[in-house]
Amino acid sequence: METVIQNIQGVPLNHYILFCSLIFSIGVIGVLIRRNVIIIMMSVELMLNSVNLLLAAFSAYKGDASGQVFVFFIMALAAAEVAVGLAIIVMVYRNTRSVDINALNRLRG
Amino acid sequence: MSVFYFVAFLSVFFALMTIFTKNPVHSVLYLVITFFTFTVHYILLNAQFLAVVNFIVYMGAIMVLFLFVLMLLNLNKDTEPLKSNLVKFMGVIAGMCILVTLAGSFRVLETSQPVVLKDPDIGLVGNLGKVLFSEFLLPFEISSILLLTAMIGAVLLAKNEAKKA
Amino acid sequence: MIELVWLIPLLPLIGFLINGLGRNVLPKPLVGIIGSGVVLVSFFLSCGVFSAVYAARQAGEQGSFVQPLFEWIRAGNLEVSLSFLIDPLSAVMLLIVTGIGFLIHIYSIGYMNHDSGFAKFFSYLNLFIFFMLLLVLGSNYAVMFIGWEGVGLCSYLLIGFWFKNTAYAAAAKKAFVMNRIGDLGFLLAVFLIFTTFGTLEFAGVFSKAAGMPMGDATLLLTTLLLFIAATGKSAQIPLFTWLPDAMAGPTPVSALIHAATMVTAGIYMIARSNILFALSPFTMQVIAVIGVCTALLAAAIAVTQNDIKKVLAYSTVSQLGYMFLGLGVGAFTGAFFHVITHAFFKALLFLGAGSVIHAVSNEQDMRAMGGLKRRLPVTYVTMLIGTIAIAGIPPLSGFFSKDEILAHAFEANKLLWILGFVGALFTAFYMFRMLFLTFFGSFRGTQEQAAHLHESPATMTVPLIVLAVLAAIGGLLNVPEALGGGHALASFLAPVFAESVAKTGEFHLEHSTEYLLMGISALAAIIMVIVAYRQYVTKEMVPAAEGTPRGFLSRLSYHKFYVDEIYDVLVVRPLNALSVFFYRVVDRSGIDGIVNALGKSAGESGRGIRLLQSGNVGSYIFMMVIAVVMLLIYGIFNG
Repeated sequence: METVIQNIQGVPLNHYILFCSLIFSIGVIGVLIRRNVIIIMMSVELMLNSVNLLLAAFSAYKGDASGQVFVFFIMALAAAEVAVGLAIIVMVYRNTRSVDINALNRLRG
Repeated sequence: MSVFYFVAFLSVFFALMTIFTKNPVHSVLYLVITFFTFTVHYILLNAQFLAVVNFIVYMGAIMVLFLFVLMLLNLNKDTEPLKSNLVKFMGVIAGMCILVTLAGSFRVLETSQPVVLKDPDIGLVGNLGKVLFSEFLLPFEISSILLLTAMIGAVLLAKNEAKKA
Repeated sequence: MIELVWLIPLLPLIGFLINGLGRNVLPKPLVGIIGSGVVLVSFFLSCGVFSAVYAARQAGEQGSFVQPLFEWIRAGNLEVSLSFLIDPLSAVMLLIVTGIGFLIHIYSIGYMNHDSGFAKFFSYLNLFIFFMLLLVLGSNYAVMFIGWEGVGLCSYLLIGFWFKNTAYAAAAKKAFVMNRIGDLGFLLAVFLIFTTFGTLEFAGVFSKAAGMPMGDATLLLTTLLLFIAATGKSAQIPLFTWLPDAMAGPTPVSALIHAATMVTAGIYMIARSNILFALSPFTMQVIAVIGVCTALLAAAIAVTQNDIKKVLAYSTVSQLGYMFLGLGVGAFTGAFFHVITHAFFKALLFLGAGSVIHAVSNEQDMRAMGGLKRRLPVTYVTMLIGTIAIAGIPPLSGFFSKDEILAHAFEANKLLWILGFVGALFTAFYMFRMLFLTFFGSFRGTQEQAAHLHESPATMTVPLIVLAVLAAIGGLLNVPEALGGGHALASFLAPVFAESVAKTGEFHLEHSTEYLLMGISALAAIIMVIVAYRQYVTKEMVPAAEGTPRGFLSRLSYHKFYVDEIYDVLVVRPLNALSVFFYRVVDRSGIDGIVNALGKSAGESGRGIRLLQSGNVGSYIFMMVIAVVMLLIYGIFNG
């Protein structure tokens, strides 16, 4: 473990931020360019995960445990959200026979 | 130190693969691998508990759920709807904007302090548990209610109503 | 008696209210009695005021009293109170306005007897008297302006009395609009006076002005503006064309307003502000030149007119020109004397013309009259006296007043005298032409009119007689020293004009020169009478009917020198075009366009924004991302 610890000493915090921002924007791109609802939900999970990692990095940096606790709660929440979200998607599929996001245009003005 | 960069590169690569493949099943699998790289990241930060939870909950539960639904709906490469090129282009541009803005707002291009583990023990299960059950007891209990609600909601929503119709 | 001066304008106002409000319920005789009665009481009160002033003058005092009523405006530096000034000038004007007003009220009882708007007429007449008295009595420019505007309003109401005739209504509108052009000059002058002197009271303004140098630029501008106001009200070039058109009103209106009182308001105003004018010699020259040109122009037009009232109208314009000529050459007393005598004989002539029109069943064209002297004896004799007076034949009043003006003109500028003299020749000619065509020869009207010929009732003839007597002996008011008289009026009015006379110089003319001038004008007038007699009585010439070709000069004169047509092209048409432009371009396209565009833009923008609601979830997400980016950028730049 000590070697591990030694290993990450020297990685600037900025690099963590940059890395997580990159993952986050990849998630955003995924949301924007895919029409399959399930893939979109997965991209949202990707975004959540990037935030989790950043929180953990900050927590390690500051020595404050509440960052990691927060990550724990976010994970619990993400699990719940996925469950409900997928249930909704199944319902929508039953009604519209499609997982295309463009099929949900009943709110058209 | 170089471990971090290598693992980070892997994460980015597989994330990109996730969103760019046409086959949704492949997409799910790539996401699983991405989450695995995140687990490695957590270990690098000595957040052991989070690493394990990430492995079990995300890769074990959530992604399996995704796979179940995919199989249920019998989606594969042929039924995948496509977006027009313009939309894809605009989407990429928007994402890039987000990235640049975030980067700019956090001033990532300046030099900063390296991450020094002040207290390397906070990621250990025991210590984290202590903090969790002392300071954050109330959110912990409430999150159980949250999970209960989600469970009930999911069951209700996905129940087969076709019988009544 | 001076303290009761506020009753003098108040009584006609009460008469206006009673007759106006009760016009449908009061019986006709009562209306006539109330209308004339209030003016009569005002006349008695004016006599009392006059005698008080006269006594003061005899005792050697200035004879000037200020009677404040109440404070009206107090705003910053501006303090205007409703107060009356009684001095020799206003006392004489009071007598004229109420006296001749009363006679005309009596006359109207007979003349308007068959009119359905009898009570309305009397209420308007009373209102007019009220405003005219305000004008005359005011002790500051603000009260004078109230009266000034008010008489303009009453003139409009009375000229357009038979408003159902669109031509009459148009004439009333023309009179009012031309008056308003002059009123703009008055207002600008009042503003200038206030900024220069800090007060509007006559006493304050004149005492401060007396110390200013001759030819001061501010005074020059002020007096020019005041003169423009006078040209509007007293029908001089260029604002005189409303007066002949104003003959559309009933004849008593023409007599009261357009002969005796309203048109003299301009002269009164200049006489009141005489010190301002005396310090602006350029304005005085302008006044004299315009006065004599108007006199000549109007006289030239009157020579060929066939409507009896139009002849008298142009004669009024011409005589007003003489009054302005008098003011312009510094003959303030002479001009005012002419105001008085003109009031007598012009009111007489108009009332007489009304009597004639009444007798020939509302015919006004002289070519359809003639030979009336046997059937209308009283009217004939009184009109003969009036005509002799206006022609300037001694010893009637017109001779004395006109001669005093011409003598001053001779001393100032020989050319002015020559032009005035030529105008006097014309005056004698066309007035006697009118008399001969109307009363001499044989009747040229229809059988039906001949059957209805009758002398007017007493209510109409008695005022004629009274005015004829005044026209005859009025000259005695101011007989010049050259003829051995005491110059009574001049000495009575002396304190009003004293400062101006000191500035412009005393009037010096050799007595022999004066006799010569008097003799020439009297002789010339008599010669013109003879010429007219030969043409219209001996040769029995009748003016040509419509449509016959005329010579060039005759055509110019008959068509009033095309002044109305020139105004139409120069002023009326451009204004109409401007109005149409404003309506079409500015109002409809411009302002309405802006308002409609606002409404339309709201609708259009709504329609456009609706397109955002495409129902496409993908686009919603896209917009969310963009919004987040923008918020982040905003956050970066703002701290």
